[in-house]
Amino acid sequence: MSTAPFDGNASAGDLSDVFAFDVTVARTTCVVCGDTRALAELHAYTWSPGTVLRCATCDAVQVRLVRAADGRAWLDLTGVRVMQLPPGA
Amino acid sequence: VRWLVGTVTETIPETASAVTIRLDVSDWPGHRAGQHVDVRLTAEDGYQAERSYSIASAPGSEQLELTVVRIDDGEVSPYLASDLDVGDQLELRGPVGGYFVWEGADSRPVLLAGGGSGVVPLMAMLRHHAATASDAAMHLLYSARTTGDVLYREELDKLADDPRRAVTITLTREPADAAWGGHRGRVDTGLLGGAGWPAAVGPRCYVCGPDTFVEAVANMLVEMGHHPLNVKTERFGPTGG
Repeated sequence: MSTAPFDGNASAGDLSDVFAFDVTVARTTCVVCGDTRALAELHAYTWSPGTVLRCATCDAVQVRLVRAADGRAWLDLTGVRVMQLPPGA
Repeated sequence: VRWLVGTVTETIPETASAVTIRLDVSDWPGHRAGQHVDVRLTAEDGYQAERSYSIASAPGSEQLELTVVRIDDGEVSPYLASDLDVGDQLELRGPVGGYFVWEGADSRPVLLAGGGSGVVPLMAMLRHHAATASDAAMHLLYSARTTGDVLYREELDKLADDPRRAVTITLTREPADAAWGGHRGRVDTGLLGGAGWPAAVGPRCYVCGPDTFVEAVANMLVEMGHHPLNVKTERFGPTGG
């Protein structure tokens, strides 16, 4: 095992480039199964070309973030039905 | 969050495979207990590898401390755990992650459950608890393989020497004939009940470690009646280090 988180906590750095608030504390509702929990607790795949967050319950893809070498970014939230933001976000 | 440069001021061997890296980071904005940093290494040919590491030092410490366990086939950890010298510089982005965080101002009891290197962010919480003389009760339940794998053992003994703090260590693979007099075996509901509080008290629970450990312990806590919103988890990967 390593000291490297591989859940949504681990994606906080990359997502901080896109969101103006710490989105890992937001709670998402999965479009497939309806499970609702903090984005920090989704399962993360950060070693792929980009960041993929999957539902911790049904494994459906909730969030995809891909960044090109020139700095452009693609954010796909198709898998999120609702995002509940923390106060102040 | 900006990338910063940290300069290694000391490397401290913790176990045969783990080292604590102490860094001077100019412009460090300060962190909360439980947060992490992304570390980026760049090879001579431009190839970059990036990993997240939990911060072990307490908020407000003069220097930033990361404890890294070497994964022999990993891309980043072998370099960090074996090849770093004093004066080397590392690219860091952080602090990041505001979810797995203990705020010192919170007076509710806290149960920390760590498996393996999952103890690292929990150590930041214990150190913060001690540094701020918090009135909250804070108990750590720490599962390691053998005595040789236990991180921060001496400091944990000292931290436990306070009525508000307690540390319980259980070993899962210590040889049967070894002189270990403490708990053996995996974390179960008995150990969680003994180290923690009844669900009715509403303790905040922080669970960090390998995926299987986190899954098992978090499920046990919820079965014991703890509200899922009081159980925060952080999973460390079996791969990729």
